[in-house]
Amino acid sequence: MSADYNIFVTEETIEGESDGPLADRTVAVKDNISTEGVRTTCGSEMLDDYVPPYDATVVEELKQAGATIVGKANMDEFGMGSTTETSAFGPTENPAAPGRVPGGSSGGSAAAVAAGEADLALGSDTGGSVRNPAAFCGVVGIKPTYGLVSRYGLVAYANSLEQIGPLAPTVAEAAELLDVISGPDENDATTRQEGAESDYASAATGDLDGTTIGVPTELVEGADEGVRERFEDALDDLRAQGATVEDVSLPSIEHAVEAYYVIAMSEASSNLARFDGVRFGTSGGFEGNWNEAFSRSREAFGEEVKRRILLGTYALSAGYHDKYYKQAQDARAWVKQDFDEAFESVDVLASPTMPVPPFEQGESLDDPLQMYLADANTVPVNLADLPAISVPAGEVDGGPVGIQFVGPAFGEDEIIRVGSAVEN
Amino acid sequence: MSDTSPGPEEVRHVADLARVGLDDEEVERFTDQFADILDYFETLEEVPEVDREADLVNVMRADEVRDSLTQEEALANASETEDGYFKGPNVS
Repeated sequence: MSADYNIFVTEETIEGESDGPLADRTVAVKDNISTEGVRTTCGSEMLDDYVPPYDATVVEELKQAGATIVGKANMDEFGMGSTTETSAFGPTENPAAPGRVPGGSSGGSAAAVAAGEADLALGSDTGGSVRNPAAFCGVVGIKPTYGLVSRYGLVAYANSLEQIGPLAPTVAEAAELLDVISGPDENDATTRQEGAESDYASAATGDLDGTTIGVPTELVEGADEGVRERFEDALDDLRAQGATVEDVSLPSIEHAVEAYYVIAMSEASSNLARFDGVRFGTSGGFEGNWNEAFSRSREAFGEEVKRRILLGTYALSAGYHDKYYKQAQDARAWVKQDFDEAFESVDVLASPTMPVPPFEQGESLDDPLQMYLADANTVPVNLADLPAISVPAGEVDGGPVGIQFVGPAFGEDEIIRVGSAVEN
Repeated sequence: MSDTSPGPEEVRHVADLARVGLDDEEVERFTDQFADILDYFETLEEVPEVDREADLVNVMRADEVRDSLTQEEALANASETEDGYFKGPNVS
């Protein structure tokens, strides 16, 4: 079954405790989250035989909660992509839209839930990598507030932006998994206390009484017509349930994609320096010059990864740092301010998760810039460190459509409550 | 294409800085793509200077000896080791 969609890089069962909130639940884990003794490839040839000597904190938490891990899910190489086509282990197909991509980079995780190969899944979201595949595969995905979930054991791509997040068939089940993985961890100094005694699952009440939903016009105007129709239908339904919907404007959002890519690529160029053929990967040989041997071993990276390492190196290099990286940090602060101001008058913000239906397989590989621009609605959330959820909102000809709700920092309860009303 | 976008020589130079081996076709493709992408990044010039109020605190812990990976575990994923060490190419 799973072979048809190429959902897993490694199918292996890891049993958890016999008792716990997730006893008898199966979970697919994205292949950039470390599992002790089970290979963790990040979708890369560089790590095709890498076996972590320890579990990520979230994996320990899954085991303690009684979950059974059923496999390591396919992904864009090191999380760099929006289609799961940059994986060195071949693309994953979308179970909810034949011939289409499942989104990415957590495409295997979303496909596992959509195909019923796992009850739940973990992905990671650096610029939309949980919400994008959730939308494309017709499942629920949550990107937690930065610092809510430990990143210990997550192979880093862009540390200041990424969070591990849950995928599930329903909002309540995604919230239940978030309860298991949230909370402080002494092994990740960026974690905070807020998620310690969480009960997000009970926030999935579907109650919209007194709720004001803001719609950033900038995130709707560019969307495909069919996607907009599904989005407007969902808003009508929420109005009928008692919500107030009003337009808001986030002028900084216009620069979010370029700010996101400059920051993510810059961080990636530094993070991926550890893959050198000495500590990880295949040796570049022992003769001649260290730098040449290092470069040879890194030919194992796929093209998208090379592209991002090079652009990040360029953006940080002497003479260009102020022009790209410093400006991107200013844009990031501006985006945060815009969101803060919006949350003074609304409870959550809503937009289509993705401005388009799932891409056809192979469609977007030749034009990286076009692929980056499709992340317009998801990346602002990572720049602002905020929580967001994607909930299925019907289908168009090309496949499923997702509606995204963004909340204030540590406002997971709010987005879960509003998101669950879409399911009413 | 903007005046400042890198040509093939500059792409090769950045690849050297990043220690990433590229073949000629990759250099050609990246030269074209980087022109488009960097053009787009240049719109960051329009971003105003913003007061960045980072509300951050240091997280410290006591510097105490505790269990860690064994030497064998730490070396388990290296492609070559020698006498309990990582083995790398010549530094010269």
